[in-house]
Amino acid sequence: MKGWRPSAPFLLLLPAVMVLAAVVVVPLLLSLYSSFTPFRLTRPETFWVFIGARNYVNILTNRDFWIAFARTVVLLTVALNLEMLIGLGLALLVEKASRGQRILRTIMMFPMMFSPILVGFQFKFMFNDNIGLVNNALQALGLTGRAIPWLIDGDLAFIAILIAEIWSSTSVFAILILAGLLAMPREPIEAARVDGCTPWQTFRYVTWPFIMPFAFIAMTIRSLDVARAYDIVKIMTDGGPAGRTELVWTLVARTGYSDARMGLANAMAYFSILLSILFTVYFYRKLAAARTQIAAEW
Amino acid sequence: MDQNRLHRIRREALGIAHGVGLFLAMLVICLPGIWIVLSSLRPTVEIMAKPPVWIPQRLSPDAYIAMFSGVGKGGIPVLDYFRNSLIISVTSTLIAIAIGMASGYAFARYRFRAKSAMFLGLMLTRTVPGIALSLPLFFVYARLGIIDTHFGLILAYVALNVPFTIWLIDGFFRQVPKDLAEAAQIDGCTRWQAFWQVEFPLAGPGIASAGIFAFLTSWNEFALASQLTRSINSKTLPVGLLDYTAEFTIDWRGMCALAVVMIIPALTLTFIVQKHLVGGLTSGAVKG
Repeated sequence: MKGWRPSAPFLLLLPAVMVLAAVVVVPLLLSLYSSFTPFRLTRPETFWVFIGARNYVNILTNRDFWIAFARTVVLLTVALNLEMLIGLGLALLVEKASRGQRILRTIMMFPMMFSPILVGFQFKFMFNDNIGLVNNALQALGLTGRAIPWLIDGDLAFIAILIAEIWSSTSVFAILILAGLLAMPREPIEAARVDGCTPWQTFRYVTWPFIMPFAFIAMTIRSLDVARAYDIVKIMTDGGPAGRTELVWTLVARTGYSDARMGLANAMAYFSILLSILFTVYFYRKLAAARTQIAAEW
Repeated sequence: MDQNRLHRIRREALGIAHGVGLFLAMLVICLPGIWIVLSSLRPTVEIMAKPPVWIPQRLSPDAYIAMFSGVGKGGIPVLDYFRNSLIISVTSTLIAIAIGMASGYAFARYRFRAKSAMFLGLMLTRTVPGIALSLPLFFVYARLGIIDTHFGLILAYVALNVPFTIWLIDGFFRQVPKDLAEAAQIDGCTRWQAFWQVEFPLAGPGIASAGIFAFLTSWNEFALASQLTRSINSKTLPVGLLDYTAEFTIDWRGMCALAVVMIIPALTLTFIVQKHLVGGLTSGAVKG
């Protein structure tokens, strides 16, 4: 380097970094600060009162928060795993189809374009205990005599949310895994078959290692956006009944806006940010590992 | 002979099972959407009927007419929301693409220190949940007086879209061979010219699909919009839909119609984009 002359990549990256700094990083620093204050929207002067880690102590000893946090982790773990499995199954089904693959792939993308708020709405409509499609169908088929209170019972509501979540995000996995299957060279599979592998062995030791990076791309993309469950829950149950479907994100919104306790909400929000970052970094590292492995082997 | 037949029967059974499985899967994917469209066209009496009416008796576009004929009839000002959504999504997409193209090009073509850390850092800004980000943004925007303005939401959406746009565009530029631009430069183009005349047209379709993806993200976003908008000045369609459901008398038909209005632009654009999108996301997977 001779003197200081901005390099090309520096200049090219500058606008992105500036926007993200202004809209994401600086506000987050601000919220980090305010998480150490008893800040309430209704009383601006509280912004300058420093109370140390009391908000965090409050949260860590708050049972409701831990329940919501655990529920969020359970929801994400179950949803991501099921989405992965169903996505894989769907991709294999479509890959095997001899005709109409294009149209099948297009249909498969369908849920991806739905706004999460729309997904929530349509499942709220379908799971409505009185006029919903699900109850109507179950009753028409004689599977149940009475209307099942899908969104009114806590556990059932959680299941309904889980279904909505899976419906909306499985296609990300299905599409990317399908792309992997289609990009895969034929020879290794044929070689495995000639060598006498069972279909399961062929899948496990030939196909799966190849499509793994694609699955991890899907996981990474998905984990960038885990908080979209907030939209779904917000419209379907809004954390109810009696907090039985409360997730970290709905709790943050309730504390921050309904109760106007911004300081506390910001402290909670940091837990949710941490959660998202953990998920993303974990899958990103898996992705990087899978990439290098593939690069070495193929 | 017998074994042959057994084998064939098994094959056929598998084929049928495959077809049935495929059909059921597609049905589950399509049904919610179809049901919404159907419900938006049926009279409320039919939606509420007990026992349920499965076959629609009478279809009419009444809900759509009511919705677009102004505040008085439909209840919520859908036209205003639609306009807000459109302005905010299109503007933020254009800006995000311009910024994303610069950075994506930098990631695809230059080597610099801490490149992958930088990339991960940019991605991590995307992971911040909308609702968590909305708390400080709400505060800052209130101070700056840009709550409930198009500008405020556009700014937020640009930041929301930039990381993923960079990821996609980086992938598309990598697919364009480096040699082409180098050849153009040897032939006397400047780097700037080489970019616009050689690399940009080749990566064009990919960039367009990144743009459509950014558009969809803004179009569908709810968590930020629900806090940073207040009135018909800037409320977007997703917020409008929630307002609708929160109302005391639930008008299922009207809501279904609003949902259809929301999904149609998204649907159209995704059909255009689908091929390139997958290519952009996976381009790094094999080549590394």
